[in-house]
Amino acid sequence: MAPVLEVSGLSTVFHTRAGLVRAVQDVSFSVEAGETLAIVGESGCGKTMTALSLMRLIPSPPGEIVAGSVKVAGTDLLQLDEPAMRKMRGSQIAMIFQEPMTALNPLLTVGRQIAEMVSLHENVSRRAADARAVEMLRHVRIPAPERRAKEYPHQMSGGMRQRAMIAMALVCRPKVLIADEPTTALDVTIQAQVLELIGDLRRELGTAVVLITHDLGVVAETADRMIVMYAGRKVEEGTTQELFAHPNHPYLQGLLASVPKFGAGEGTRLREIPGIVPALNNLPQGCAFAPRCSAAVAKCQQAIPPLETKRPGHMAACWVS
Amino acid sequence: MLLDVTDLRKTFPARTGLFGNVIDHVHAVDGVSFSIAEGRTLGLVGESGCGKSTVGRAILRLIEPSSGAIRFEGNDIVGLPADRMRELRRRMQIVFQDPYSSLNPRKRAGDIVAEPLLVHGIANAAERRDMTLAIFAKVGLQPRQMGLFPHQFSGGQRQRISIARALALGPRFIVADEPVSALDVSVQAQVINLLMDLQARDGLSYLFISHNLAVVEHVSHDVAVMYLGRIVEHTDKSTIFARPLHPYTKALMAAVPVADPSVRRDKAHVMGDVPSPIDRPKGCHFHPRCPLAEPRCRIEEPLLREVRPGHRVACHLAA
Repeated sequence: MAPVLEVSGLSTVFHTRAGLVRAVQDVSFSVEAGETLAIVGESGCGKTMTALSLMRLIPSPPGEIVAGSVKVAGTDLLQLDEPAMRKMRGSQIAMIFQEPMTALNPLLTVGRQIAEMVSLHENVSRRAADARAVEMLRHVRIPAPERRAKEYPHQMSGGMRQRAMIAMALVCRPKVLIADEPTTALDVTIQAQVLELIGDLRRELGTAVVLITHDLGVVAETADRMIVMYAGRKVEEGTTQELFAHPNHPYLQGLLASVPKFGAGEGTRLREIPGIVPALNNLPQGCAFAPRCSAAVAKCQQAIPPLETKRPGHMAACWVS
Repeated sequence: MLLDVTDLRKTFPARTGLFGNVIDHVHAVDGVSFSIAEGRTLGLVGESGCGKSTVGRAILRLIEPSSGAIRFEGNDIVGLPADRMRELRRRMQIVFQDPYSSLNPRKRAGDIVAEPLLVHGIANAAERRDMTLAIFAKVGLQPRQMGLFPHQFSGGQRQRISIARALALGPRFIVADEPVSALDVSVQAQVINLLMDLQARDGLSYLFISHNLAVVEHVSHDVAVMYLGRIVEHTDKSTIFARPLHPYTKALMAAVPVADPSVRRDKAHVMGDVPSPIDRPKGCHFHPRCPLAEPRCRIEEPLLREVRPGHRVACHLAA
């Protein structure tokens, strides 16, 4: 099957007073219909900037996408003018955020906002759009959707708002859904409900999902494939099964060993990754992870390691492993 | 016991009427009892709004409990005058979630850590400096970092400063309120290991408040689960994770995503949201979300009772 989303060589920079910040460097990946790809990394690794670049929502200036292509069903979004791009957002590619209030308008009822999305992309009457909104709220399993559609976002709980935002994102059946830490602000029982919902909708609608998260538990439970980012670059890629079973890059190995395992019983000492994530305007010359890496050799300080196939279907960028 | 909490309650006024009379209360903490022994960690878990942070703050009397007894080292500290309480705070301290807002941005790290010594009039300037150096070493900070301001540190290092400040007066007991929740995954382990090392070396006791069950399982000896102001289950760590009895505890554990893609668990998710703590369901507060609820659960409040030695559960159906 041909991928619905094909990202290749994406690079995004920010021109700041502190110098050029290379937020995303030469990132490539693809996602098929109905597939979930997780982008994993810590704060500052470039995962959210990658997502915003796909949506062309990078504030510019100071931000700038300097290279690459983002093809949705063959159309390169980076070549479109702004009106054409606006037509793509919501209908072809949509995004949900950690904090639903960043996406929801506090002054409009939830139903109206979803209906507006429909009116924007499809030639339907207001009444039909409103009906679609209620239908979509039902689809994301909001109880009493007719009543809820008339409520304002502040009248809803956090989990409910997250569902409303998902309804707004998916009402026009986009081919690609980008979910940026969609459950990070939610309680664990609500998180489980929302993750299950995203999974169900993906299967029903055949949406390709790009899930951005720092939570390895969420990745393990929801993603088919994953890429690991560090300091703006992709450092590892493969199926979720493969990467958890055979992490190749010392960074992923460290991450997996540093998280307490739920259900592990008697806790052994956690492995620490020393140091901190480097500043993106002051990256080391070679591998960005080298200063924190216990396996680093001289070469790691000198040159950036290329992505290589380490095992079948498993790429990593490391000189040593 | 180092700390004994008995029937702790805290209500906040939720709504006031026309004449400033309170007409509704939030029962943030509603009859919570537990104890913590020397050198032990009690993990307090629950979802947002369950009252776990209020418990932590009430124990230190950072907010005044509405009623209940808190015995620390044998003395009831509820109602102690401010000067006696200040004296006691040398031995009981707190570390907050957010090291960005809990450190004064205009003070140098060394001064932040030395301040409790200054406030309590301990030692002269030179001795204070030596003591601060020793605490810096203890939490893994460099002596040269004493002159830096909080913004010059990373999140994990800032949390080390918070811990250093809490340790300055040599406490026996620390409330750690979501101490690693704001930190990056790779940095969390550094702070968790530090807290556990300090306990192993100095015999500190912790009340470890967190929503992250994997972290709680890692650090705790005992675990108490809170729901809408009450403890619904409380026992030792291995029992609660291997054989949870309360349906809410089971639901919480089933909801935790496990970082192992080879485990595909059959998930029965608990439905709905946590109800408002102002308007809690009658009977068992959990009954509207409980898959096992029976008629009596809607009417009769289950008491927290000992179903096995050391295993307390508040559920009519738990045997």
